[in-house]
Amino acid sequence: MMPSMLNTRLLSAGVLVSVSALALSACSPKPPKQLPPEPGPPVTNTMPAPAPVVPVGPAPGSQADFLASVNGRDTIHFALDKYDIDQISADILRVQAGWLLKYPGKKATIEGHADERGTRDYNLALGERRANSAKAFLVSLGVDASRLTTVSYGKERPVDTASTEEAWAKNRRAVTVTID
Amino acid sequence: MMMRKFSYGLLAGAALMAAGAIHAQTIAPAPMVTPNPPPAADNGVLTGTVSDDTAWQSLGIAIPSFATNADVPTAASAGSTAQVGRAIAEVITGDLKNNGLFKPTGPNSLPPIPIIQVLTPDFPTWSTRGAEMLVHGSVSAASNGNLVVGCYLYDVSLRQQLVKATWEMAPGDWRRAAHKCADTVYSRLSGESPFFDSRIAYIAETGPKDHRMKRLAIMDSDGANHRFITTGQAMALTPRFSPDYRKIVYLSYLNGRPRIYVYDVESASQKMIAEPGSPAFAPRWSPDGKWILYSMASAGNTNIYRVSANGGISQKLTETPGINVGGSYSPDGSKIVFESDRGGSQQIYVMNADGSNQRRISFFGGRAATPEWSPRGDQIAFTHIAGNLRIAVMGVDGGGMRYLTNAWQDEAPTWAPNGRIIQFFRTEKGTGKTSIWQVDLTGRNERRLPTPVDGSDPSWGPVRQ
Repeated sequence: MMPSMLNTRLLSAGVLVSVSALALSACSPKPPKQLPPEPGPPVTNTMPAPAPVVPVGPAPGSQADFLASVNGRDTIHFALDKYDIDQISADILRVQAGWLLKYPGKKATIEGHADERGTRDYNLALGERRANSAKAFLVSLGVDASRLTTVSYGKERPVDTASTEEAWAKNRRAVTVTID
Repeated sequence: MMMRKFSYGLLAGAALMAAGAIHAQTIAPAPMVTPNPPPAADNGVLTGTVSDDTAWQSLGIAIPSFATNADVPTAASAGSTAQVGRAIAEVITGDLKNNGLFKPTGPNSLPPIPIIQVLTPDFPTWSTRGAEMLVHGSVSAASNGNLVVGCYLYDVSLRQQLVKATWEMAPGDWRRAAHKCADTVYSRLSGESPFFDSRIAYIAETGPKDHRMKRLAIMDSDGANHRFITTGQAMALTPRFSPDYRKIVYLSYLNGRPRIYVYDVESASQKMIAEPGSPAFAPRWSPDGKWILYSMASAGNTNIYRVSANGGISQKLTETPGINVGGSYSPDGSKIVFESDRGGSQQIYVMNADGSNQRRISFFGGRAATPEWSPRGDQIAFTHIAGNLRIAVMGVDGGGMRYLTNAWQDEAPTWAPNGRIIQFFRTEKGTGKTSIWQVDLTGRNERRLPTPVDGSDPSWGPVRQ
């Protein structure tokens, strides 16, 4: 599955309107030193609104700035057992790439995850595969591969702890975390 | 860890050993489901109801406190020789009770015996009590501070000694004497190889589902001598004891990166193995402890590698697009069973130990994962995924698949050293709480293992030498 197969025309455009259904997960702005950052509540309740023009915004180039720039969309999702980048994910990654290209000195880690309905080892491999898909797509958009690392948490770090199809869909994800 | 079995009766507890040679018993593996029936004439009273409709019958075994020739203090945690004698009988009772074959009655319900009866049991009284089998034993303190433990199995109906054994061990290892005695009884009565004197490495889990702390921990096969190895700061997963129990290979997220480490139990130190540049997981030992298999991801694909347990250059064993993961050696080390989704979904494959001749063996629908080769060589346990995750076994050619468990999510089987029992971990729907369970090959005798906190990824080591 080559990301270049996907439609890349929309690279610079901010076509983000139709993706509001996606869960917005607010990851705390830390690099995954030991444990990954604890994911916020899965529901779209208290996302800091994409602040139009606030007097004091996040520091340019910070993780907070990244989150604000991508409208909180640091996460892409995957179908069951899949790792391909669909159109919605492609749009999200394009915006992420825009920020990464704007701050060429910044690095990022892409965390890959799987839902709980699989075996531990396989899900580690699957999470890695998903993170790698996101990375490859970002690289295809011009982000230097050496700036991007991947880490898989398999099924060990669900963002939604329910055992439902809906929760599993949210947990099959890749999250981009920039490193301040 | 000094423990030796006497070859002949030159002992501290000498008088007890007078009645004949003490020999190491060698028990050939018996055929699968039908053990030799105990050689009891059928005139005893069954002490329990037979709850299992297989050839396995619940056999009434009386296990009073082990007697001592002199009740003296010892360095053992259990206390004096008399207290150790009672504790040993309790441990044996627990071991034998927990596998569904026997109906043992322990020292809490039985009167103690005078030491003279260890070699000359009061058969009429035991017969009246309904015991079919009788375990007697002795504990004495050797002049060097060690304990000497004798273990005797009698057939009450036949009024005959079936087997005996004696061990000398450091006081701190007294539980091992109990497990060795339970193994002796189990082997003699079932025809199977022993397994109680063995250890388990696993992952101890605490905390909420979305932020579980996962620590490496070890324990004896009955849950005793439990010890946490890692602090939980870095997530630990999928441990495996080396065949000599000196090392544990496992996955750690130390420094935020999943890598494989070999932990040295004695020195409490560890070192990373395999290429430090890429994520690696699913480590496994070869049966001789010389090799470690692991899986490493690169550019989205995962392949299986082999590296010397001492480190060095890795050899890539699989090379296909997709996910090749896990791996379990056949007991003779010549083959490896592993998991791959190269055909579109997780299935089970076998290859030679050098990676040649890779072929799929699972063709029964659903997905199949985490294969583990039986120590007896004749079967492969695995996780079958078709909605729920269940533990199943199949022949080494992939035939004869059958389920052993039926719950929402059971995974990651590991074999008892005798290939008769399988441990696995069960995840609870919703809460994500995990627990370690074991089931025998009939699928009928299933029980949860006691662990101080939640547990997953059990890995059962061999019988200790």
